[in-house]
Parts: sequence; C-alpha cells; structure tokens
Amino acid sequence: MKGCLVWILAEQFGGKVQDISFELLARGKSLAVAKGARLCAVILSSALPDEELRKLVEHGADCVLAMESELLNQFNIEPHAAAMLEAIEKYSPHIIIAGATSSGRTLMPYVAMKSYSGLTADCTILEIEPETGLLLQTRPAIGGNIMATIKTPGRLPQMATVRPRSTRSCKRIEGRSGDIIRHSFKTEKVTSNTRVVDFIPAEDEVSLQDAEKVVIIGRGIKKVENLEMIRDLCDVLGAALGATREVVDRGWLSYPHQVGLSGKTINPELCVSIGVSGAIQQLAGMQTSKKIIAINKDPDAQIFNTADFGIVGDLFEVVPMLIERIKKGALTW
Amino acid sequence: MRIFVLIKQTPETRSMKMDEKTGTVTRNGVDNIVNPLDLYAVEVALQLKDKVSGETVAISMGPPAAESALREVVSMGIEKVFLVCDKTFAGSDTWATSYTLGNAIQRIGKFDLIICGERAIDGDTGQVGPETAAYLGVPVVAYVNKVHEVTGNEIKVSRLVENGEEIVSVKMPALLTVVKETAEPRLPTLDGKIHARDVEVIKLSAADLNIDPKKVGLEGSPTRVVKISKPQITRKCEMHKTGNKKPVSDAVESLVNFLNRMESVSE
Repeated sequence: MKGCLVWILAEQFGGKVQDISFELLARGKSLAVAKGARLCAVILSSALPDEELRKLVEHGADCVLAMESELLNQFNIEPHAAAMLEAIEKYSPHIIIAGATSSGRTLMPYVAMKSYSGLTADCTILEIEPETGLLLQTRPAIGGNIMATIKTPGRLPQMATVRPRSTRSCKRIEGRSGDIIRHSFKTEKVTSNTRVVDFIPAEDEVSLQDAEKVVIIGRGIKKVENLEMIRDLCDVLGAALGATREVVDRGWLSYPHQVGLSGKTINPELCVSIGVSGAIQQLAGMQTSKKIIAINKDPDAQIFNTADFGIVGDLFEVVPMLIERIKKGALTW
Repeated sequence: MRIFVLIKQTPETRSMKMDEKTGTVTRNGVDNIVNPLDLYAVEVALQLKDKVSGETVAISMGPPAAESALREVVSMGIEKVFLVCDKTFAGSDTWATSYTLGNAIQRIGKFDLIICGERAIDGDTGQVGPETAAYLGVPVVAYVNKVHEVTGNEIKVSRLVENGEEIVSVKMPALLTVVKETAEPRLPTLDGKIHARDVEVIKLSAADLNIDPKKVGLEGSPTRVVKISKPQITRKCEMHKTGNKKPVSDAVESLVNFLNRMESVSE
C-alpha cells in the first residue's frame, strides 16, 4: 500500500466487480499520475476470488485493498462505514473517488461526517492543482446553470463522487501486475441495524443509466397511447426509455424513467429527445450525453441549443418514418 | 412514534435566470419554495403518523425567511416546527449543515424516525440526510421508494438500487431519504392554513445548541468553492426544418446518415 494516496471505491454485486469500478479507475489513474502516487482500489465485500480482484489490477489499480467480511456482502450502512473508516485510518489516503451510486451516495457522506472531511457530489471534472497537489472538484451547480470548482483544503481524505457512465473505463491489460491485500474486517464491534431481506430485480429491459442509447420523451408526445410508437423506436435503436418530469407527472411513465434535475442524470453515447422543450432542469439530466438529437415542432425550442442534430417537424411523422427506415436496415451499426 | 422531517427552503430553480455577462445566477424576483422533493418526505411522515399514531416535527436550517417553508408544511398537517437559524451558520457546506442539524435534533429530543427528501433542487447533493444520520450515529437507508410496515421498533422499506429494489428491515431510530415514488404529497387544507398562520415556529440559534463554533458556517466547512464558471456550450446543431416543400423524408434521411456517422455507438 506504499504510496497509494489515490483511492477509488470499487463496487461488487453478487460477487462480481461492477463496471463503475473500472470507470473510477480511469478517473483515479489520471489523478494518481498527476500526484506521482499509486492508485488503490478499495472493495468492501465478502471474500472474492483472486481472479475477480485481479480485474481491478488489469483495469489500472496498482493495489487492491479488499476489506472482507460476510457482513459486507450486501450493502448495510453501519458495517460498510466501519470498514471504510478502518481502511482510511490504517492507510491514510489523500483522495477517495466513489461512484454516485445508491450505495456510494449513502456510504460516502456517512464516512465524510465521521472523518470530518469534505465530499463533493457528482463531479464532472477532477484535477490536481499543480501548486498544492489538492483535488479540484468541478460540478454543475444550480440546475446546471453554472459550474462550481470546489477544494477541500487542510482536510483528508478529499472525497468526491462521479456519476456512473460519465467516464470511459480504462482498457483492460491482461497480466498487468499489482498487489492484492486482503484485510479481514473484524465485525465484533459493529452491529448492523439494517438487514436486506429481499431483492427484486428491475423489470425494465435496460437500466436507463447504463444504457448506451436513450430516447427521452417530453410532453410533445401528447398522450399515453403514443408511447407504443416510442417503444418501437427504442426497440429498433436498442435504446432505453426516459422521460421528462411532465410525462412522469401525468402518469404516462413511472418515476424510474424520469431524467432531469429531479430525476436521473444520464450520460449515454446517444440521446434522442422527442417532444422535449429543453428547459434547464430537463437539460441538467442529459446535457453531457455524447451526441444529442432533438425532434421538436417548435423551431425556437431551447433543446436545439444543446443538440448536435435537430429536426424541426411533427414527431408523429418523423418517428414512424425513422422506425421504418431502420427496420429496413438503414443503419450500418 | 416520533417522526422528524428535515426540510429546506430553496429558490424556485425553474424561474432562475443566468446573468450572461457575469455567469452568475440572479435570484432577484425568484420565489422561495419548500424544496419539492421534501414534500414527499412530509407526506410519508404524515401517512406513518396516521397509521401508527405519534407526533410529526419538521426542522429546517436557513435564514429567518425559511419560517414560511415551515408554516407551509404545518398547513399540510405537520404539528411542530423548528427553525435552526443563526448568522454564524451562513455559508455552511453539507458537513457543517449536517453537524448543525444533527446538534439541533439532539436538542429537540428523542425520535424514532427522521425522513428527508432525496436531495434539494438547488444544492443537488443528497448528502445532508446520510451525513446527519452519521452525526447522530443512526443507520440510514437512502432512495426509499416504498414504506411497507412498522412492527415494534422495526420499519420495513424498499430502496431503489441500480438493478432493482432491495427490501430492507431497519431498526429504529433511523433516518430515511425518500424518492418521489413513495407518496403523493397532499395539498394544504383550509384548516391547516389557518393553523399554520398562528403556529409557533420555535427558533434555535447557535446559543441554544451545544456546538463548536469552529465547526459551523463557512469556517467550519471542509469544502470551499474556489471558482464559478459558465458551462461551455460546444455543440453546434445541424438543423433540418421540414414543411414548406422540405419533405420529412429528407430530414429523416439526414438523421439516418448522422446516426451512421457516429463511430462510438457502432463499436
């Protein structure tokens, strides 16, 4: 663990290292290089096989610190926080980057409070300030209207979360070498007041935040019956379906589909917005998508200012025609 | 059952405007509202109270004007309200806010459950709930989308996770953060509104709390905003109008070409 000042919090589910871990390693790598430090992936779980932990090394970790206990198999806040705090106390990292996931967003604030240090949520840019070696954490603020750059001077560890899918994973290098340290976490002193009693997998075909392609619909689709056409488009594109708050508030789609300030933030390769006006709070949920296509009948709709490709027209003409072209094999991918 | 709800007064972000020259946000003429996501927490608290009986208390930290936010939740049915307010609290980040709120909660007394909204629409961090739980040394379950049942000192809830839902049994006292799905916030009643006008908003200042003055406000905050900048708009939109002799099929053909030019998706 010598020189491992930069940590990322890897995640596992059902004994498998999750993709967010590899994305975080990409973030961590550039910080570690800038600091001239080694990169450590810390993982909290029951004992995982070597080949699973080696994936973290092959994706860029110089060192893997596995805090192991049966109590850490599922996410329960008290044992997870205790294990993380023990790891921090033992090895004194300067920086910890975690995923803005359901567990990361629960654990990291808990740890931040207990260690009296700062945590910045949903950072889009992470850099090292050359003069001080401090972590510069940049995030959208006030509905994405401004970007705020935040520092945690004088306190350690400096902590930040980044949204899943906001970073490309490091390429896997087979046979890459690194240390794996297994640390048996003694749980005698920790009681968990929470207990996971059941898990219900999502019915949705694709998780919105993991999807490479997303179709977002707004009020412009007019009525719930028109969803069928949109679902057809999602099928032919292989896209997940998202919606603005207006659509969810009308009960046309459930809340897990909501994209925007009060819903999910997505970061897909392709975002096709249909009948979406492009109000600030909508854009906040999708404006970092790699490519944005907008279909809207209003030429002055704000969405066109944030799009790469726009069609001003009637979505009820455009969408069926597009579906048909794709069905006939118009796409080369 | 004693249920505390943490609420925040926020500017109505929808009506906020950018000052194009300075890149800052003008709050002039912007209305203050109860953070919309906190209303779901209020509703969950009221429903629990109806089911198992008890007392509901709302606590807010903010400027004197935040009193109106507390009155609003009284009009929905919350019984007791506290405003944690002091000039020295200004500029608190999530750590200092949670430290102060946690302290105020200890001062207010015993609770079985604290319920928070998922996050505030202005700060947008979602950190104050879990941080307050950490300060108080109670468990937290975040992203709760269903409250199932209360049996004795246990509450069973569902929380949203990346690939589904986890059903979690929690020993109280505990803190939950709830998402929109949990409940549909009720509207204020006329009686409620009348009551809200006269209800006492109990104020807690720094002097009322057992806090370390070095740990509150800007000075006590571990984080510092060092720079504010405008997000860069780098997109240039390839626009295709339809109608007026411009057939939809042409635009769709261009769209197909655009999709085919996207390398990363085709990888």
